[in-house]
Order: sequence, then structure tokens, then C-alpha cells
Amino acid sequence: MKRVQFSSPYLPYLFIAPQMAIIFVFFYWPSVQAIQSSFYLEDPFGFGSTFVGLSNYSDALGSVQYQSIARFTLLFTVLVTFLSLGIGMLLAVKADAVLKGSSTYKTLLIWVYAIAPPVAGLMGMMFFDQHIGPLVKLAAFFGWDMKVGLNYNDTAIAMIIVSVWKQIPYNFIFILSGLQGIPVSIREAAAIDCRSGMRRFWTMTLPLLAPTAFFLLIINMTYSLFDTFGVIDVMVKDKAANNPITLVYKVYMDGFRGNDLGGSSAQSVILMIVVFVLTIFQFRFIERRVHYN
Amino acid sequence: MFKPLSLAGFALAVSASASMAATNITWWHGMAGRNGEVINEVAQKFNAAQSACALTPVSKGTYEEALASGIAAFRSGEQPNILQVFDAGAATIINAPGAVIPAEDLINGAGYKFDREAFIEGVRYFYAAPDGKFVGMPFNSSAPIMYVNTEALEKVGVEAPKTWEEFEAIAPKLKEAGYLPLVQSQLTWQFTENFFSRHNIQFATNNNGYDTVVDTKINMTDPNLVMMFTKLKAWADEGYFGYYGAGWNDNQKLFEDGKAAFWIGSSGSFGGLQKTAQKPFSATFLPYWNSIQGAGTNTFIGGAALFAMSGKPEAENKCTADFFQFLTSPEIQKFYHEATGYVAITTAAYELTKSEGYYKEKPAAEVGIQQLMLPSGEWSKGYRLGFYPQIREIMEREYGRIFAGETTVEEALKTIETEANELLARFAKTAG
Repeated sequence: MKRVQFSSPYLPYLFIAPQMAIIFVFFYWPSVQAIQSSFYLEDPFGFGSTFVGLSNYSDALGSVQYQSIARFTLLFTVLVTFLSLGIGMLLAVKADAVLKGSSTYKTLLIWVYAIAPPVAGLMGMMFFDQHIGPLVKLAAFFGWDMKVGLNYNDTAIAMIIVSVWKQIPYNFIFILSGLQGIPVSIREAAAIDCRSGMRRFWTMTLPLLAPTAFFLLIINMTYSLFDTFGVIDVMVKDKAANNPITLVYKVYMDGFRGNDLGGSSAQSVILMIVVFVLTIFQFRFIERRVHYN
Repeated sequence: MFKPLSLAGFALAVSASASMAATNITWWHGMAGRNGEVINEVAQKFNAAQSACALTPVSKGTYEEALASGIAAFRSGEQPNILQVFDAGAATIINAPGAVIPAEDLINGAGYKFDREAFIEGVRYFYAAPDGKFVGMPFNSSAPIMYVNTEALEKVGVEAPKTWEEFEAIAPKLKEAGYLPLVQSQLTWQFTENFFSRHNIQFATNNNGYDTVVDTKINMTDPNLVMMFTKLKAWADEGYFGYYGAGWNDNQKLFEDGKAAFWIGSSGSFGGLQKTAQKPFSATFLPYWNSIQGAGTNTFIGGAALFAMSGKPEAENKCTADFFQFLTSPEIQKFYHEATGYVAITTAAYELTKSEGYYKEKPAAEVGIQQLMLPSGEWSKGYRLGFYPQIREIMEREYGRIFAGETTVEEALKTIETEANELLARFAKTAG
């Protein structure tokens, strides 16, 4: 490979400076501040703060409530990631096989992605509304007295459905383009060797999709952990009460609603560590099994 | 950039540009919908009434969001002149001395004479310092009152209950006639904070938290409160009471649609309800338990107050004082009261509204203020508890679990007490 030469050794740094500046201002700086304030107990208006060591962390981790929110977050993340990836892949594989009217079909599947999360949440909320929700009426038809906003499990199911629905198109786009990147020659060879479409999928298509799927796995996990905030906020209507919430929503509630900055910072640092560990784990153990061309 | 979005915005922009030399002050609030429009109208009236100051109101979303934005802005030195803070956030701002200029000092300092006695009894203490000095300027004050579906009552042939005992007696008849007897919209405010006030029971140690933040403990396991929630749960099981979650509107909807006979709402709901209710309605006081000794006292004000943020130039503070003074004038109070349903906070405004025959025409509009003016008791003045928005969240969670059948009333109230006391201790550390 030809080495690109810059006339000045400082020029490359200049080129990445804008990017680094953005990362610094919007990521490193707030992170450092969060870590710092997580060791303090602060009055909301910032008149004084007391150093409390790790007690914000022990308060959070020791709380039964926090543990149950953490358990729900884990379940929520696993289910949303698995379902949105699985359904997205199924739809992409099927769309890839469609010959007639394929672009219409694809557009219809993709455009859901253009909906902003709070709007998706709002639509989901309408679908599951206690008084007028069509899906609640459908559930009632099957004898299921669904009470979103009242019953913990019913709300959890509704949240998962809306979050998955919102994420499927994103996965669909990536997997579809991944599929189209598989050379026709390989497909034909596989088709000659093996008649079973299912088996061809598992032994040929999926391994070749692995780089895309791995990327999507990470993206979907962060989506479930963080980006579902808008959906949750709209669905619990600003009042979490006994509804399930995720850890990031708890950070928001304690910090921005409860004005407990120290406790909220400690929780966000805990989340940061979780994501950090998760990412390292994925790159060390899963990426090894992914083959990039 | 001149883009008149609404008539009100247009008028504000005009009045602001017309008075370029005027001192500009800003007012952050947490009102939306009709109540938000009325705020713009109040500001317009103020700007039209004088030329030295130009007031710009800015909606920051909900009450909680307004408080959070105000705090964030204060920390970065960008605070507005006036911040609206809701009842549950009162302790947060009052316990941060230096964040605000007490309304009374501000007004006296500007050369006006502040008269505590001009305010009606129920609004005097909640936003005041322990010595009675007004820290916040009471603004939109409301009381939890019971709205009555008059058609349902006529059909069944019963009277609106004054006590919960009377309610229990007529609930089966209402249910039989196909009505849901009772709904409410906020268990924390209506059945907890105001329960203590209406029954004259101590809510928290240290004089309900007014005296000091140190070692304040909440009294959630009071046997009377346990009884109230045990009854509510029993009524829910019998079909006399419907609980539709912690959201305000999900519960109100049943009453708007005429399906519920009674709805515990806010006196401030009156303005909106006039437009949305499909059946004729009236209103009456929040019921109480006759069996509890000393019950029937007044409730304390809900709603929100305006706080003058510190760190502003003298000229702007003068304008803020002018505006506060303007707000308490009987004419403006009357206008705000009639437009929204929030109660008039001064006796003069109340008398003015009354003398014009407004209550003869709309008796339901008077219920809130009458309830605030009922005889008070030692414990009917409300509370001052730190991290209270979070404590409310705990209550909402546990109350929801009671009605979902996931826990018992005793367990739930015990959990609230434990967790709330932990938060109170934590708040004492931050404020200490």
C-alpha cells in the first residue's frame, strides 16, 4: 500500500482537530465532570458540595430499587437487541429474494426509520392507550385485560414492542446492503451445492454477513440501553410510578427531576463502565470470530 | 427573524420592540395549553400597563422541567429574573438561601408596602420562611376539590357526599346505575399531602419540615393513612373506585366522558373542564373522614409560586418587584382566576370577583377558594420536605403496586416511609 505523505507532520493533526474538539466538548469533558461530581453530595444550586467518597455508588448499588431496574434493563436490552436484529434479518433476507416490486417493498420497510423516537413513542402510546388503544382492544378480544401504565408486565411488553418496531428498519437497511454485497458467484455456487435454503443461510449467508451483524449487535445494544429513552419517556408519560424503566431513565429522573446531581452522576458513571466493559468484551471475544474478507 | 407564531407572540414581539429603552426581564414557567396562553396574556397586560419594563414569559415545559432548567441556568449564571416553582419543589429552592431574593424583601426594597394580611389564609405559609416572610410569590394556587357529575346524581337520586362515609353509602347505587363512582388524578397531592391537611394530622417531624431539614422524618405509616388506602383498594376491588395510573389525564378522561360520578381534580382544572366535559358538572369540597377526630380543616395551596432569582442588576429587580406588585392587584388576580380556575390569592381579589356576581353564575369556581378559607388546624398548612419530587415518585410507584395487587397497603406505606426518610437524610446533608 502506498503511504500517504503530508507536507507537514502537523497537518494530519489539524485535519482531525475538529472531530477531536467535538468529542472533547461533548464526551470527555462531561464524562470527567460526571466522574468528579459522583464523589460529591451537592446542593442543586451549586452553593456547596461535600466530598462523600464512594457513598453515592454504594447508595445506588445497594438499593433494591436500583437492582430491580438493572435487572429490567438487562432483560430489555437482550430482548430488544435479539428481536430487532432477528426480525430485521428475516425481513431483509426475504426482501432480498423479492424480484417484482422490490423497491416499493423495501421503501415501505425502511421509512419507519425516519420516525423520531418520541414520535414513535407517542404512536406506541396511542396504540396501547388504556381508553382508546386499538392493540389493547385486540388483546381484550383474546381475553387479555392489558393495562399499560398500570401493570408492570403489560407496560414492559408494550415498551419492548415499540422499541423493536422502531429499530427494525435500521437493521433492515444494513443487513440488506450486507446481503447485496455477497457476490453472485458465491450464491450460485452455494445454490448448486445445496438445495436447502435454510441451510444455505446458516452456512453461507450468515458467516458472510458476520461483520455487518457484529456492527449491528453493538449498535442495537447501545440503542436499547440509551436511545430508547424517548420511547420510555413518552410511554410512561413523565410519571414512571410502578412502570418498568431502564437505568438511563433512572439517571434522568434522579438528576433532572430529583435534582440529586451526585447520585445521578454516580449512576451515569456506572452505566459508562458497563458500556466500556461490554464493548471490550465484544471486541475481544466476539470479533475474533468475525471474518472481514 | 420576525415570525409571528401566534397572536400572543406577535403582540409580545411588538410590545417588546416598541419599548426598546425598557428594561427587559424574563419569566420561566412550566405551564402549557390554555394556562400557558393566559400567562402570555398576563405579561401582555403588564407590558401595556407601563413602559419602564418589558416582560418576556418563556415556557420551559412542565413544572419539573421549569425547575430543572432554572437550576441549570442558575449554575451557569444565566438565570431568568423570575422562575415559577411548583409546590413539591418549594423546599429545593427555599432551602438554597442565596438563590432567590425573598419576594417580601424585593417588594419592600422597591418602595412598595408588602402586606401579608392581604393574602388569604391558605396561601400564607407554604412558600414563606419559618418567620412568616414570603420567599416565593404565590401565583397559581389551587386546591384539590371534588367535581360532580350532576346528571349521574340526579339519575340515582343522591347528593354529593361531604364525607367518605357518605360516599361509601351511595357508591353501590351509583355503580348499579352504571357509573364508576370515583376517580382521582393525583394520589400524592390529593390523598397524601392534602389528606394530612384535611384531617389535621402531622405529616412530618420538625413541624412538617418547616423548622429545619435536620433529622426530618415523614409519617407515612399513620394508621389513618393506612385506613384511607385500605379503603381505596377495597373500593377499587368492588368497582367503586377506578385507578388508571399516575398520569393526570388518563383518570380525568373518565369524568370528562361522563362515565364517572365523582372526580377529585384541581380547582385549576375548572377552566379546561368547561371545554372538555361532555356532561354538566358542579364541584364541592374534598371529602374527609368524619370518623377521624378534628377532620375537616382546610387544605393548603397546591400549584406554584414565582421566585425572584438573585444575581440580577438592580434595575431588573425593580421591574420584577413591579411585576409582582402588578400580579397581586385585584383586577389581574380576578382576570387570572376567571381565565384559569386557579384561586384568587388575595382577599381583595376574591371580594371583587364575588361582588361582580361571577360565583352566582359559576358556583364551581368558588369551591377551591372556599376550601382554602376553611378553618385551619395545626397541621393543615402543608409541608416542606427536601427531594420531595423524588419522594413523590416513590409514592407513585408504591401506590401503583398497591392497585396492581403486587403489594399490601401496609408494606407499600412502610417502603415509602423508609425510602423517603433516606432521601430526607440525604437532602439534609446537601443543604447542611
